[in-house]
Amino acid sequence: MEAKRLIIVAVGGQGNLLASRVLGEAALLSGVPVRMSEIHGMAQRGGVVESAMVFGDACSPIISDGEADILLGFEPAETLRALQKCNADSLAITNLSPLTPFTVTIGRGTYPGLGQIQKLLRAKVRKLVAFDATTLAKQAGSVMAVNMVLLGALLHENALPLTTENVKTAIRTRTRKAFLETNLKAFDLGFEAAAGASKG
Amino acid sequence: MHKLLTDQAGLEMLLLGNEAIARGALEAGVAFASTYPGTPSSEISANFFQIARETDLYFEYSTNEKVAMEVAAAAANAGVRSMCIMKHVGLNVAADPLMTLAYVGVKAGMVIVTADDPFMFSSQNEQDNRYYGRLAGLPMLEPSSVAEAKEMTAYAFELSEELQQPVLFRTTTRINHSTAVVTTGPLKARRPKGGFVKDPLNYVPVPVVARKLHARLLERLEAAEKLAAQSPFNFTSGGGDWGIVCNGVSHSYVCDALQDLGVRDRVRVLRIGFSHPLPAGLVTGFLKACSRVLVVEEGEPFMEETFKAYAQEAGLMLPIRGKGPGLFSRLYEFDPAMVKKVVAAYFEVPYSPPAIPDLSDLPEIPQRPPTLCAGCSHRATFYAVKKATEGLDTIHPTDIGCYTLGFLPPLLMGDFLICMGSSVGTAGGFAQVTDQKVLAFIGDSTFFHSGIAGLVNAVFNNHNFTLVILDNGTTAMTGHQPHPGVDMHELGIEGHGRVSIEAVVKALGVQYVTTIRPYNTKKSIAAIREALEFEGVSVVISQELCTLYAKSLNKARGRAFYVSEACKNHRDCIDDLACFAFYLQDGRVKIDPDLCAGCSVCAQICPENAIRPIKAQG
Ligand code: SF4
Ligand code: SF4
Repeated sequence: MEAKRLIIVAVGGQGNLLASRVLGEAALLSGVPVRMSEIHGMAQRGGVVESAMVFGDACSPIISDGEADILLGFEPAETLRALQKCNADSLAITNLSPLTPFTVTIGRGTYPGLGQIQKLLRAKVRKLVAFDATTLAKQAGSVMAVNMVLLGALLHENALPLTTENVKTAIRTRTRKAFLETNLKAFDLGFEAAAGASKG
Repeated sequence: MHKLLTDQAGLEMLLLGNEAIARGALEAGVAFASTYPGTPSSEISANFFQIARETDLYFEYSTNEKVAMEVAAAAANAGVRSMCIMKHVGLNVAADPLMTLAYVGVKAGMVIVTADDPFMFSSQNEQDNRYYGRLAGLPMLEPSSVAEAKEMTAYAFELSEELQQPVLFRTTTRINHSTAVVTTGPLKARRPKGGFVKDPLNYVPVPVVARKLHARLLERLEAAEKLAAQSPFNFTSGGGDWGIVCNGVSHSYVCDALQDLGVRDRVRVLRIGFSHPLPAGLVTGFLKACSRVLVVEEGEPFMEETFKAYAQEAGLMLPIRGKGPGLFSRLYEFDPAMVKKVVAAYFEVPYSPPAIPDLSDLPEIPQRPPTLCAGCSHRATFYAVKKATEGLDTIHPTDIGCYTLGFLPPLLMGDFLICMGSSVGTAGGFAQVTDQKVLAFIGDSTFFHSGIAGLVNAVFNNHNFTLVILDNGTTAMTGHQPHPGVDMHELGIEGHGRVSIEAVVKALGVQYVTTIRPYNTKKSIAAIREALEFEGVSVVISQELCTLYAKSLNKARGRAFYVSEACKNHRDCIDDLACFAFYLQDGRVKIDPDLCAGCSVCAQICPENAIRPIKAQG
């Protein structure tokens, strides 16, 4: 099975580790070989959290620059920062709702414009799917469900050897009961949003 | 039931490397485990901590790695399979017992996990702990994948018992923090109780005994070499006369590189998993089949040097390279593309790296360094210290924990750091040789780990500094593990004692001890000022639960603050305090109510009294 490489970037607290766990569980259900690695540690305190997932036949659990088939960004500036992982053939999916880094608040650095971020991303990869996942998460019932919205969008793009059904099963087993409704709804909203964003 | 306790073989589970190690130990019937928390090893212990509550496995968070190794060594010598877990720098702390434990040996299996951290994702150095295997003369195993980590851990106990030596189990972050599918094996029954058989002539290394034990260690090392020579963890794959030697996670990069470069059948790969002692026969046999060899190992040229030495002894002239210009670096960690590039260059195979998009037109993206949480009690303490020391020429030795992040602007509280516990020791040195005021920081867990010894020294040598003990009731940095000062009842766990930091400090003979509540800003500043005026060693205990921990205990105050109309935008809050919950909107300071922990410190320092609790808004 041809290897598919997915990078997920997020800010600590956005739930990207849960998202990758869900995808890993879905891969297990689908009989797809999977390896993942995550960088957290000090990054938990509001820093960047990155996880790498390799589906199919490859041994390495990490992804080098230029090697990612898919980049899934939970925060627009972080998506832009991770662009070096992509190549001209990559698919990028990004949330458009920014989380201002503290460095900007205290006047050390400026946050790039959202329009500019999209323009740059679109110019460098094969396809960009961009939308405000945070608003959809709130609509689903919790701002914490951003991760599920983005998983929905990822599954819509059909770029991984996983079925929507298996991912939903994984969401059911991997997420807390109290959030299950919200999470599934968020997933569906993300799926629809990607359909809209792809057309546009 | 804890998922790692599933008593069913042949089950496929998605496990984190650290979970796989814990499962491997359980499959081997581990009955005693000890640790001091340290990333990237923490999750092994976190799982044992839970499992110990459901079974007869004994697990403890020890005060430091040296103690953790000592308790585990005793258990193993009373016939109980034991495991001792630490990050790489932890083994420095435990190096003292390790060296002599190698002489004394063990009766039941004992596995020492050292989790190395190439690239220093969460560490202060990237030392290569394979040298400890060589230094101590102990057998060492290194897994290349998550699935293998489980198999190898289980085997490590067998190996340890066979050789009657502790076994070093060395991982790197990329193994600890990778996740993959693992197939479970059967769980062996635990034997949590043993018995100690007195044998002082083998157990008490006074010189005459130790001389004999050292000779025995060398014999055991020889036996280990024979086992390593036949170990299925040292295997060859592929063919051809180009050779690659690799270990750990590098093996997966090598596999992918050979596949992608289409040279699988031209390269003979020797994967070393049983890496100390490296058997001469195996190494020379491999070298003889090769015309040139590339050693792919992160960190130091540990295998490269051994291979060169064995080649020299066998009179082999082939080139053996690893580290060097155009080859691999001793710095940081490897990645698949880098390995592919070096393999291609060394064996002169054509390779075009993936085209990375041209990023020259990207704007500067603001950095997002980790920072203290909103409402973190450390920020409140640092603010108070900053105000209390205004206008003074000060040095602030700091230590290892979340509070290390206080060295960043705008707080700038943290000037010097070497290792756990170093703030107290170095404070004494700075105080002795400078005329500057010295105020050092140490966390509660770190105080118990190794801060106490520094404080004893300071009292005895009559040093002159103030030590602020940041007591947030937990080991926050690594994920809220308990320590001897923690009230375990809060966690619903019985059967623990509790050590009072204040009582310890007083008992050590510190003449000036005071306790502050850092969320009370004015009082805290005044108390710190007073402590600074004291000639000699003074200690300020700053007591307030870690906000994240308080939240998890449902003890958070939870009343968010907001910035009212009265704000005149002079931004003292941002310039001096910089709570993570602040943000700017149209040039005005706002507070994110989802982040604000309601500590009220910003409200206390606002000169306009503009920051108010949301409750009062209506
Ligand atoms: S009260 Fe102020 S300082 Fe405390 S958490 Fe809220 S915003 Fe931060
Ligand atoms: S985890 Fe606790 S101690 Fe660490 S930065 Fe957050 S609030 Fe502070």
